[in-house]
Amino acid sequence: MQMNSEFRERQPIGVKNLSVHGHTTWLPLVRKIKQQISTDPTLITEYPHILGIPEFTRRATQLALGKDSPAIVESRVFGIQTVGCTGAVCLGAELLRSCYCSSSSWSGPILLSSPCDDSLAGTFKAAGIEDVQYYRYWDAESNGVCVENMVHDLENAPEQCVVVLFASGHRPTGAELSQEDWKRVAEVMKRQLFAFFLMSAQGLCSGSLEQDAWPVRHCVSLGLELLCAQSFSHNFGLYGERVGHLLCVLKQNLLAVQSQAEKLVQTLWSCPPMEGARVVATVLSNPAHLVDWQESVKAVAERCMLIRERLRERLRLLGGPWQWDHIIKPGGLYCCFGLNTQQVDFLVQKKHIYLLPNGCLNVSAINSRNLDYVAESIHQALIRTKVI
Amino acid sequence: MSIFGEVPQAAPVAVFKLTADFREDQNPSKVNLGVGAYRTDEGQPWVLPVVRKVEKMIADDHSLNHEYLPILGLPEFRSSASKIALGEDSPAIKDNRVGAVQCLGGTGALKIGAEFLRRWYNGTDNTKTPIYVSAPTWENHNAVFSNAGFEDIRPYKYWDAGKRGLDLEGFLGDLESAPDHSIFVLHACAHNPTGTDPTQDQWKQIADVMKRKSLFAFFDSAYQGFASGNLDKDAWAVRYFVSQGFELFCAQSFSKNFGLYNERVGNLTVVAKDQDNLNRVLSQMEKIVRITWSNPPSQGARLVAITLNTPELFKLELRKLLKAKNRVIGFKSETKQVEYLVKEKHIYLMASGRINMCGLTTKNIDYVAESIHEAVTTV
Repeated sequence: MQMNSEFRERQPIGVKNLSVHGHTTWLPLVRKIKQQISTDPTLITEYPHILGIPEFTRRATQLALGKDSPAIVESRVFGIQTVGCTGAVCLGAELLRSCYCSSSSWSGPILLSSPCDDSLAGTFKAAGIEDVQYYRYWDAESNGVCVENMVHDLENAPEQCVVVLFASGHRPTGAELSQEDWKRVAEVMKRQLFAFFLMSAQGLCSGSLEQDAWPVRHCVSLGLELLCAQSFSHNFGLYGERVGHLLCVLKQNLLAVQSQAEKLVQTLWSCPPMEGARVVATVLSNPAHLVDWQESVKAVAERCMLIRERLRERLRLLGGPWQWDHIIKPGGLYCCFGLNTQQVDFLVQKKHIYLLPNGCLNVSAINSRNLDYVAESIHQALIRTKVI
Repeated sequence: MSIFGEVPQAAPVAVFKLTADFREDQNPSKVNLGVGAYRTDEGQPWVLPVVRKVEKMIADDHSLNHEYLPILGLPEFRSSASKIALGEDSPAIKDNRVGAVQCLGGTGALKIGAEFLRRWYNGTDNTKTPIYVSAPTWENHNAVFSNAGFEDIRPYKYWDAGKRGLDLEGFLGDLESAPDHSIFVLHACAHNPTGTDPTQDQWKQIADVMKRKSLFAFFDSAYQGFASGNLDKDAWAVRYFVSQGFELFCAQSFSKNFGLYNERVGNLTVVAKDQDNLNRVLSQMEKIVRITWSNPPSQGARLVAITLNTPELFKLELRKLLKAKNRVIGFKSETKQVEYLVKEKHIYLMASGRINMCGLTTKNIDYVAESIHEAVTTV
């Protein structure tokens, strides 16, 4: 967030902020529904359920798992509306601390990907889960995920360890596993590891809601218990409304765990905010709106893919020994360019191109007006700091 | 075998369970006096006309987007909300030593304040610092502070059941005997659940002891405007403490006074000795917010900010508060009497005996009065 304040202060020409997650496109559908909501005299402003609007949690659950999911059919799943994805992770962390492994004060270990968002470790630690460790994910050599390393680290993880997995749209690298890779990971997870999925942009990575949720659905089909934190910030453009969802798939004792979750919600925010969840519920439960939305999501995903291809092409044309295929491999908003600190520094200080120190960026912030400038600047950064 | 196989069933949250039971009850005479939400004379929830107006404005405003708010919240909301608590002309605001964090309702404000205090109040580990809450108090106070890591939560005497009023002597006694630097959760006005507040004179006595013993004042202000119908009058205690040089927190809720229960609009006002201290405190609170909900929701805060900063709309809001007369009063009753009212008469109220006066309408008041009379005289 410090990045944002610097960005606002400078305001030079040709400035771009590649570290802000969130293109400012809003969906026309969302505005239409908000207008309907604001003029609907039957909608009340009462305290909602502690666990959120029932229609919202029902639809969010179906979206993640598929309507015919065995977990839904067998009533082994419940959902909680949360304050964004962060709220879902926060609540999930609190739930694990107070319920996992017959402990009332479970403190870990939990495994996060390397790299991952800074605040993730902080959220778990604040919940009392002190033992935070990392599994290898991004491989700088190959500019992608090294699944061998990942599987090795999971196989050697302590029993009962909780593992945070990114269903799609890994932050900050955008790097993904193939379905075959996921099958290998799931096999390891079956042996006494617990999956906590993060799914922050379902639909935006591949353009398909089902494909982006495949890893979660596969694990459920294997009979695994899991948590899944979902966000509707990106795929509905509702960042400011904080619409999140925590999904819990269990084998048994559903009501007891749900009751503990209710107690925890009371100490965090009592009950979640309505507006955004109402919009999402309205869209997801109306066939016409649903189609409209799926098309918008697909369009966003396709645009991101197009930007990646164009960027790769520009960089290729600018020359140099560097390979750029890894830019187009993953989908979605995030991309890791493998730039080092010097190169990032050059981009920020000299070219007014803002991106995070880890060299990862949000491709949706690149557009037809700034593509050339960004490509040229990256090229310059690489040339200037080339190791001879 | 599930890894959650041993998890015990927690008791349902009383106030929401009460409403759920009330909803399921088919009896035509049923009355809900339990939940802390305003009702019209038709027994319906009330969407304030000013809220509807501003909601439409927001929905039609094409310049607004859905971007994340700053971590600490919408700036216009935070500053105008703090002004509501401390007064337009607050010297502390003029001295630039007042800041705020937009939070998820009053609960969220208490949460962030509690998390901060546990980490930074008196040394860097306040798990053993005593937290005092009134006896009785809002049922969730204990859970919020306990979940934030405080291990020693104690009651301070407040309600005198015998004389059905404030137990000032007991209150002052507990203040005196509290370890120095203890944290006291004070209800700014319209005490929940008793509805009884100290007089200005009594507040002065309370402040005296707290100053002398360096006790920390954490105000919970969920009903500003509802105790007397006047926002300034209801803020007298907080403002008095500020004038006495206290550094303090005030957790504000706009659920009741704006009828915005479901948008979770809250504000944690922080009054520090000077701007430098304030900035450091806010920077640490930002870190806590980041790992809790990251950024607060925009809808409700926008609504409140627009209303408070637009004179005609603000006047509408003030007029509404005057009319509403929402007081939460208590009548200490026996559990059996409460059970009788709920089970036999379908009148839903909290086990503590707390009733929401707004649950009463011209249509049900006779029924309720008769039933209470029956309960008290025959049970």
